[in-house]
Amino acid sequence: MTRNLSKGAISRREMLKLGALGAAGLALGGPRRAWAQDGATPAKAKSIIQIWMWGGPSHLDTFDPKPSAGYEYCGSLAKAIPTNVDGIQIGESLPLLAQQADKYAIIRSMTHGINAHETASYVMQTGREPGGGLVFPCLGAVVSLMKGYDHGYKGLIPPYIVLTEPQGRFSEAGFLGPIYKPFATGGDPNQKRFEVAGVIAAGVSDERQKDRRELLHTLDTLGKAMPADPRFAKLQQCEEKAYDLILGDAGKVFDLSTETDELRDRYGRNTFGQSCLAARRLVELGVPYVTINYKGWDTHKQHFEIMRRKLPEMDRGMATLLQDLADRGLLDSTIVWWGGEFGRTPRVQWEAPWNGGRGHYGACFSVVVAGGGFKGGQVVGASDATGEHVAERPVYPQDLLGSIYQLMGIDPDGPLPNPRGLALPLTLPSKGKGRLTEIM
Amino acid sequence: MMRTTFLPFAVTLCFLSSQAIDAQVTYPFERSDWPIPMTELDELVLGALRERGIEPANPCSDAVFIRRVYLDVIGTLPDAQEVRVFLGDGSADKRRRLIESLFTRNEFADYRALKWCDILRVKAEFPINLWPNAVQAYHRWIHDAVRTNMPYDQFARELLTSSGSNFRVPQVNFYRAIQGRDPEAIAQAVALTFMGTRLNTWPEADRANMQAFFSRIAYKKTAEWKEEIIQPDPEKTGAFNATLPDGTRVTIAEGQDPRVVFADWLLAPDNEWFARAVVNRVWSWFMGRGIIHEPDDIRPDNPAVNPQLLAYLEKELAASGYDLRHLYRIILNSRTYQQSCISRSDDPDAENLFACYPVRRLDAEVLVDALCKLGGDRESYSSPIPEPFTYIPEEQRTIALADGSITSQFLEMFGRPARDTGLESERNNEPSDAQRLHLLNSTDIHQKVTRSPVLTAILMQSRWNRSAVVDGIYLAVLSRHPTPTEMSAASRRFEAQGINMRQAAEDIFWALINTTEFLYRH
Repeated sequence: MTRNLSKGAISRREMLKLGALGAAGLALGGPRRAWAQDGATPAKAKSIIQIWMWGGPSHLDTFDPKPSAGYEYCGSLAKAIPTNVDGIQIGESLPLLAQQADKYAIIRSMTHGINAHETASYVMQTGREPGGGLVFPCLGAVVSLMKGYDHGYKGLIPPYIVLTEPQGRFSEAGFLGPIYKPFATGGDPNQKRFEVAGVIAAGVSDERQKDRRELLHTLDTLGKAMPADPRFAKLQQCEEKAYDLILGDAGKVFDLSTETDELRDRYGRNTFGQSCLAARRLVELGVPYVTINYKGWDTHKQHFEIMRRKLPEMDRGMATLLQDLADRGLLDSTIVWWGGEFGRTPRVQWEAPWNGGRGHYGACFSVVVAGGGFKGGQVVGASDATGEHVAERPVYPQDLLGSIYQLMGIDPDGPLPNPRGLALPLTLPSKGKGRLTEIM
Repeated sequence: MMRTTFLPFAVTLCFLSSQAIDAQVTYPFERSDWPIPMTELDELVLGALRERGIEPANPCSDAVFIRRVYLDVIGTLPDAQEVRVFLGDGSADKRRRLIESLFTRNEFADYRALKWCDILRVKAEFPINLWPNAVQAYHRWIHDAVRTNMPYDQFARELLTSSGSNFRVPQVNFYRAIQGRDPEAIAQAVALTFMGTRLNTWPEADRANMQAFFSRIAYKKTAEWKEEIIQPDPEKTGAFNATLPDGTRVTIAEGQDPRVVFADWLLAPDNEWFARAVVNRVWSWFMGRGIIHEPDDIRPDNPAVNPQLLAYLEKELAASGYDLRHLYRIILNSRTYQQSCISRSDDPDAENLFACYPVRRLDAEVLVDALCKLGGDRESYSSPIPEPFTYIPEEQRTIALADGSITSQFLEMFGRPARDTGLESERNNEPSDAQRLHLLNSTDIHQKVTRSPVLTAILMQSRWNRSAVVDGIYLAVLSRHPTPTEMSAASRRFEAQGINMRQAAEDIFWALINTTEFLYRH
């Protein structure tokens, strides 16, 4: 866990940071910018679920099938299937998502041209190219800053959660600092007990937890010798909140056993499916940003074998998530964002050592957005006949991120607070047609 | 400083006489009599307290002292055997000898170097960008300077005036470890580091004058990856007039390095800026806050709470030839430092005037090392850019980590400074809910408790005798023996239903790790 949970702690930290770094900003001649979001439009969305396809999913095998491109491109997944929206077809491995197409929009013309994981992950989630001496925060960290404890969020659960492991070398918070990093749950929601780091411990019963707490208080001799000390009082407050999570109701959000077996089965009894369910529960509770870090899409080898195994799992989990959110009236206020750092080479690499794999491909790929003000049953842009180039309406990362910010009621052209006090806009001007107004 | 200026000696003695405080001693943290003599420093502190009618705290107990001095001076938890030996030592000068012995420990150089590395921004990656091999060279030089007790004026001179390659002349990394290479950014870093002051609070003209001394530094790339030469700019060698921060006008001669002129001024024996900044900083390291506070925000409208104390320390340091260990000795061997943390005054300024030792949460690095020592495991770190130079051996302790870019979730959660600015306030020792959750209930802490070889050894050596187990756990975790009340409360855990003896011992071990007494320097 990398973040203070309480509003007070964050505000103080923030003040310290701004106080400390404001001086540097002045020295560098940069104006101190207000945090005010003057240009924000009213929020349509309250929360975001990001299905992060770690490694980069193939666009041809998912949302941009090219059945006429032939075996060279399609391998053994050559079919496209109709959806519940006239004129929209998706890959044959996603039959359940085909029945939810009225809920989402497919962007088939995403592009940034970068084929390295770290750089592309950064560009897709910050909307900036690396370099220039600043490491920018990703969308989740910005939402955590703008919609978290400093702006009315009061939950005990941190405002930015990742299920279950952090993205690794990608630094989510950038210059905003570690308190805006996501809380990684650890554990596995598909296990009998979802052991969330710090909240649900392995091998300690609630009974023993309570005994331990009592023992701790009995043995806290120094604390008792300084009963009025404000520092110890602060620690005591933190302890009470922590125990609310450990023993109280707040931590119950991670207890998936309260859901029906039928619903859990529909999500799929695997880590991804149950992560989708956990994400829905978190959003229901008001958590503004949840990332499902879905690993295993970097398929240089054995690509089609892996697709046949993983796509049904993804199909089930994501389709059920969309349906479940809609059933509960949450889809209107929840953006679901599916995508990875790039797509995969449309032309299959049949040669050794790949023997039927797909490489990294940033020139043209797909992203799916649903809910929270995005119109469903839509396709934005198009790739060419083989999915190798953008044919219509290129969409750049800043266009996508700017659209999401706008629906969240965050002004994409507003200032991004930073330690050096530089005048930085939250998103850069588009290199193309700009934000996704056609589906907003 | 002249003691005649302040409170008569007899009065202060009466103030601290053992008869007066016997009744109020808080066991086991305090004792009723002073085992050490009063010093000139104490008289200056007591003088200020007396003026405000503030009573100082009682003497701290030997158990509190050994733990405190270990954590403050070498950033390390004493082990049970060291505590036993110290508590059993009946000699009158044992506290003084313990302090001396700490200066020779490896952890002394590690931990004191860590403090300097925070100030000097020793960090490979953004936004400092020293890069790993220069970080190693810079850290090693700082570590050696601490270990060999390099006089502090020499330390400053080498950092301020060196030229050469960042790999071969580690000191030049001072100029590379700054966000920005313009004279303003450099002057700001010099002022903060060696004068304890923030340049942006100075009048415009003074700022410009200061910058002139750092306007002729050239940064030159070489053919080697990330190597850089720092030297006086060969293209700007003409003579010019400059004004020193105290208003003295000087002429920089043709070909002369203005940095040297500035260093000559700063390091002159009668320059109050230099000694004041460092004594105030060192004082804040041991006493929790500066005599001028924030310790690196010295300016005319931020006065010292005890100017005589500050002047005394400055004079002592200068007279010793800028021997920082002399300064450490003066502070650590004082009654002021060896007071209890339990204040005897309701005055809100009592702690600010040093009427008690201030409790502070352990530094992130010190805490994780202490937990790893008790849990018998190691912290695992991550770096944004993996490189051969960032390889960290298994047995590495966190206080010995060179690079501020190498980090862990724990270190970030517990407020380790990012080393971006060199400001003391970058370190955040405030508690948070997340920290509390981690300590109370994380897998990490559970594994440390259940797999602790320290606890296993206690159980084996005590042959499962309950009192001996409790005693062993207290010595290991809190560096003291339990009180009779604690002994009986802890022993009752062995009667609990549904857990075995090992689990009961784990619960006691876990509980003590979570006490304020463990988590705070006290």
